[in-house]
Amino acid sequence: MSIVVRTIASSIFPMALIFSFYVIMHGHLTPGGGFQGGAIAASAVVMLLAAHGYKRMESKLSMDGLSFVESTGAIIFVVVGLAGLIAGVSFMYNLLVGSPIFGYVPHGANGGYLNSGGILPILNLAVGLKVIAGLSSVVLAMILFTEGEE
Amino acid sequence: MNIMLHMPALLIVLPLLAAFVTPLIDKLSRKARNAFVIAIVVIEEIMMLFFAFHIFSGNIAIYTMGSSEPTKLVTEAAVPIRIVLEVDAMSAFMGIISATVAMAAAIYSISFVEESKGKGKFYTLLLIMLAGMIGMEFTGDLFNMFVFLEILSISSCALIAYRNSDGNAVEGAFKYMVVSNIAALLVLFSIALLYSQYDLLNIAALSKVISYTELDKVALVLLVTSFAMKAGSVPMHYWVPDGYSPAPASITAMLVSATQASLYALFRVSFTLYGKVITASYIGVFLIILGLLSMFIGVTMALSQKDIKRLMAYHSVSQTGYMLLGVGIGLYLLNTSDFNTYGIKAMEGGIFHIINNAMYKGLLFLTAGAIFYRLKTRNLNEMGGLAHSMKYTTLFFIIGALAIAGIPPFNGFASKLLIYEAAYRVSPILSIVAMIVSILTLASFVKVFHSAFMGAKIYEVEEAPKSMLIGMAILAAVIIILSIFPGLVVDKIVAPAAHALANWQVYAGGV
Repeated sequence: MSIVVRTIASSIFPMALIFSFYVIMHGHLTPGGGFQGGAIAASAVVMLLAAHGYKRMESKLSMDGLSFVESTGAIIFVVVGLAGLIAGVSFMYNLLVGSPIFGYVPHGANGGYLNSGGILPILNLAVGLKVIAGLSSVVLAMILFTEGEE
Repeated sequence: MNIMLHMPALLIVLPLLAAFVTPLIDKLSRKARNAFVIAIVVIEEIMMLFFAFHIFSGNIAIYTMGSSEPTKLVTEAAVPIRIVLEVDAMSAFMGIISATVAMAAAIYSISFVEESKGKGKFYTLLLIMLAGMIGMEFTGDLFNMFVFLEILSISSCALIAYRNSDGNAVEGAFKYMVVSNIAALLVLFSIALLYSQYDLLNIAALSKVISYTELDKVALVLLVTSFAMKAGSVPMHYWVPDGYSPAPASITAMLVSATQASLYALFRVSFTLYGKVITASYIGVFLIILGLLSMFIGVTMALSQKDIKRLMAYHSVSQTGYMLLGVGIGLYLLNTSDFNTYGIKAMEGGIFHIINNAMYKGLLFLTAGAIFYRLKTRNLNEMGGLAHSMKYTTLFFIIGALAIAGIPPFNGFASKLLIYEAAYRVSPILSIVAMIVSILTLASFVKVFHSAFMGAKIYEVEEAPKSMLIGMAILAAVIIILSIFPGLVVDKIVAPAAHALANWQVYAGGV
């Protein structure tokens, strides 16, 4: 597309990523979460693809890399669940409550503490990774398919 | 750490974790990936057997996700709010079937499935499918059941379309997707109907308070319809032949046990969830009619097929009919005095038939796959004389075909006999139809045997590769064990499962 579109798409891209990261990390406090944030990041990727075209993006986006990130997200999710089981309590047990990482338990009305929620922010992050990679590779697969038809 | 305590969660988590590790190992080496997948399915099977025998000795396992004491529910809350897994004898019984078939299918796939089309992803989907099946069978929560139903449907749908250069595969997958989405939405809708009235999702807790209002009846109808649809019973059977025939043979074997997971959900809903209130026998009659139609229409459609896997797919519709008939008779007689004399026997027959069908139908699909692997055709008219070169495949086919036709001493005979006897007490017509269907089944497998294996040697082919033979041998061995000890199997495994279904109070008392 034209240089105007490309420049604007490139400069909006980091902002979209920051917004997506915000939605993912505030998943346990505000509406949204891993899936929604991941979808925002994936739409940023789609925006770049639409603006620059697949040819120029080819070197930066590989199917292998995406599938690696996708698997990693899912593995983090399951491993976090298993950690509770290995600790001898139960699957998906919230191990981090009371610990310095996301372990703060606020009492009474509050505006939301980022440093709370236990394993939930980590699970959101894992889902976020999986959705970013999953949705991007869906779009990428569609592009690869339509290329062959012409 | 008491491993038996965590078993319900571990059995679901293990294939799920393995599913996502597989594509990573696939990048390193293909051999390592194959070894990893096989190790996982074998471990899963061993764990499942240990756990199942723990359950069959009279325990019910409860597992509350994320709780500080997984065997207990949250005590402060009046209702169970967390995700609860509940495994009774029926769930464990179904779990054994899923794990065994998945083990055979995974080993079989090593040489059967082409490397060229992303086999790492194939195994990922296969393991997710296994996790979905076991999840559906182990869950004690209606909404969770819906989630696992979706997991199962999506992964099966992708696997049916695995050979995506074949238009038929994509068409079959699309039909399956439409049917399973409609079914899943109906399930979700009926869960909403129940949740809006009782504020509960836990099956055991719901079964204690359910009062059979008009809305409950609507929910029951929707649940029974959608699960029967997913189980592939007539009149919603059309996706079965289209979906089964183009899928890779190992996936077809998995799909057979996937439809049985839906059948399990159907039985769980009608016996346990509505166990307290189901006094009117309409649903039982409905299941019997569905069973008769599936049996008869399935087998008559099968007789005229030329495609070997399509023929077998129609037979699976007809075998589903037997299970529906057997368990339907049980439901029809539930809460009557006849139930304890022959109603429970019919249920035992129907439930025994579930494991029998999963094994011999799986085996037959795998032999069909072996033929396809060598000849690259599924058309019976183009086959012939294979017994000369594919000796083991022929042997496995004979075992499977005799078992499905109910020839004594094979296991199909034992379960069918239980169904015939009980059905005769209800109405002689039922068992006459069942016997005719059995004869027609034999007829059509004689046809397959004759056209594929008998006659002069036409093709210079070799025996199927080793991994495929091992996959088939596992299922054949299970069939032989079930055939030699039918009495023992019925007493130790099938009867506890049938009683677990029949007594909803036991399941409800677990929570």
